[in-house]
Amino acid sequence: MDWILLAELSTNGVFVGLMYALVSLGIVLIYKTSGTANLAQGAIAMTGGYVTWALATLVGVPIWLAIPAALVIMFGFGLLMERIALRRMIGQPVIMTIMLTLGVEIMLRGILPGVFGAAVKRLDIGMPQQPLFVGELLLNRATMIGGSISLLLILLSLFFFNSRFGVVMRAVADDQTASWSVGIRVERAIAVAWGLAAVSATAAGVLWGSTQGVDWSLSLLLIKALAIAILGGLDSIPGVLIAGVIVGVAESLATGVLDPLVGGGSRDVVAAVIILVTLLLKPHGLFGRHHIERV
Amino acid sequence: MFYRRAGIRHTRYQDERQLFPLGFDRGLIIAVLAILLAAPFLFDRLYVSGYLLPWLIWTSAALGLNLLMGWSGQIHLGYGAVMGIGAYGSVHLVRLGVPLEIAMIAGGLLSATIGTMFGGAALRMKGIYLAMATLAMQYVVDFVISHSTVISGGSLATLQVPPVSFLGIPLQGEVPTYYLALGVCFVITLFMLNVRRTSFGRALAALREKDYAAQILGISTFRYKLLAFWVSSFIGGVVGSVLAVTYLRAISPDQFHIELSIQILAMIIVGGLGSVLGPFFGTALILFAPILLNNLLGFTAGKFGWSLPIDLRAHLPLMAYGALVIGFLLYEPLGLAKIYANFRNYLLVWPFRHAQR
Repeated sequence: MDWILLAELSTNGVFVGLMYALVSLGIVLIYKTSGTANLAQGAIAMTGGYVTWALATLVGVPIWLAIPAALVIMFGFGLLMERIALRRMIGQPVIMTIMLTLGVEIMLRGILPGVFGAAVKRLDIGMPQQPLFVGELLLNRATMIGGSISLLLILLSLFFFNSRFGVVMRAVADDQTASWSVGIRVERAIAVAWGLAAVSATAAGVLWGSTQGVDWSLSLLLIKALAIAILGGLDSIPGVLIAGVIVGVAESLATGVLDPLVGGGSRDVVAAVIILVTLLLKPHGLFGRHHIERV
Repeated sequence: MFYRRAGIRHTRYQDERQLFPLGFDRGLIIAVLAILLAAPFLFDRLYVSGYLLPWLIWTSAALGLNLLMGWSGQIHLGYGAVMGIGAYGSVHLVRLGVPLEIAMIAGGLLSATIGTMFGGAALRMKGIYLAMATLAMQYVVDFVISHSTVISGGSLATLQVPPVSFLGIPLQGEVPTYYLALGVCFVITLFMLNVRRTSFGRALAALREKDYAAQILGISTFRYKLLAFWVSSFIGGVVGSVLAVTYLRAISPDQFHIELSIQILAMIIVGGLGSVLGPFFGTALILFAPILLNNLLGFTAGKFGWSLPIDLRAHLPLMAYGALVIGFLLYEPLGLAKIYANFRNYLLVWPFRHAQR
């Protein structure tokens, strides 16, 4: 086995994994505060990518302004989605919320390519595309920058949880009824969680969109994000970071090592296998709280 | 009005135990069945093979999934994979020369065996964790099917279904294939109508409401969860083989991807979870609403001289699915079956608002 190749694959995998983790952050935020699984996260990332592209290309806003504007718009989108759809699902069986978010995913995947056209959109945010040579390693500069930005954003969200509003959200995550009884507005905390999830998805959508172009395939980030969220434990933000790195490296190694053996395509199945193995061996993930009901 | 009764007054237990206690319902069902039986001679060939046949097949699949999701309350996001296993299993057997009747059952058994492994996950977890596990299984099964040349003949290959005959009748042309699908759908519907009157169906309902409580009442959650997955996967496998033999005729791995699972899920949600009538309505709406919408849009665009982008029309089905699923979940979570039931209850006592119970 070629050690250089392995080192190269795992280094690139770490950064790709961090970029996946940014999508996953939203799933964890929402699960933590409201106990809802958000299966629309991939499509929201795609929407964020499309919105940024539309602002930059169709409206003609410079890219440094388009990205913050898209983040603000998507924050509003997250709030709106929670207010219109998810809040009515409180107290309904879990099957309903899962199907609802899946419905949102399907609809977004239809609306955006339908309205803006299905061809791949180029989103240039000024990231250098040429590879970087470190010694003998050939590293992808775009994913390195993307991964670093993701890492920064995830660390930032950790700091956010120490702010005043972050403490409110932690309280809601801990016990909704108890935080309600001490005067915390639970609905607002959940709404903000949806808004922030949409923001993190948008950031991920922009980063991914700049490396692979914006089209419907951005919504396929969902399965990787789910794998990271499950492996990290669904309600732990440090878990997202570590699981993201694990999933990224595993996927990258599978592409390099397994693909020649099985004839390609093993990249897509790694996330699914990670979900299955985690759920069968350690359903609460690496850092999750042990609150899963066993039947 | 049509039902000619005010209130439900049975004088014999036998009457209450009937599958359809009301004469009007019996008549309606016989009429629908007669139309379906006569359809190949009444309607154009195109309508029978292009609309009625997929409607029957997808309805059968939705009924199978509804047993699991509506009646035993287990989430399954990988039903397309289960159907794929049945389809591939039976087509391979048919190609080896096994008669179709046996191959269908064997495909069902294969699906049931593998599908019960999905159920093995359900023994340990529920809710969103089960949803994730079944979603992951869907991807794994897709991967295995498309990447093992023994099963699919390579990821881009299609597997031809050889000419087959069912009970001595060669399945060629629209008419015999239509009757095969109709027969399978009829048997599954009859099973679903009756299963909720058996101890098995009641056990599933108990499991759906609360699994602890069911266990305390002496219903083995272990046994009935696995049984629910077994029965539902068996139906899925048989329907998968019917789909392959009558409708697709050449199967490739991408026909059983996550899109199929989501489509069938949408049919159940739109039709109504836990109802037998629901999947019939839901399938019709999910299959035909995008086509109707597309034609309507094309017609209006042609009339007013708009030029609609081709991408918009290509993505219309997805938008329609999503909007239907969201709309029904928000405004009528019990689906079209509930709307029909409301209408029927209104007409049941028509000149009056309420009936004495």
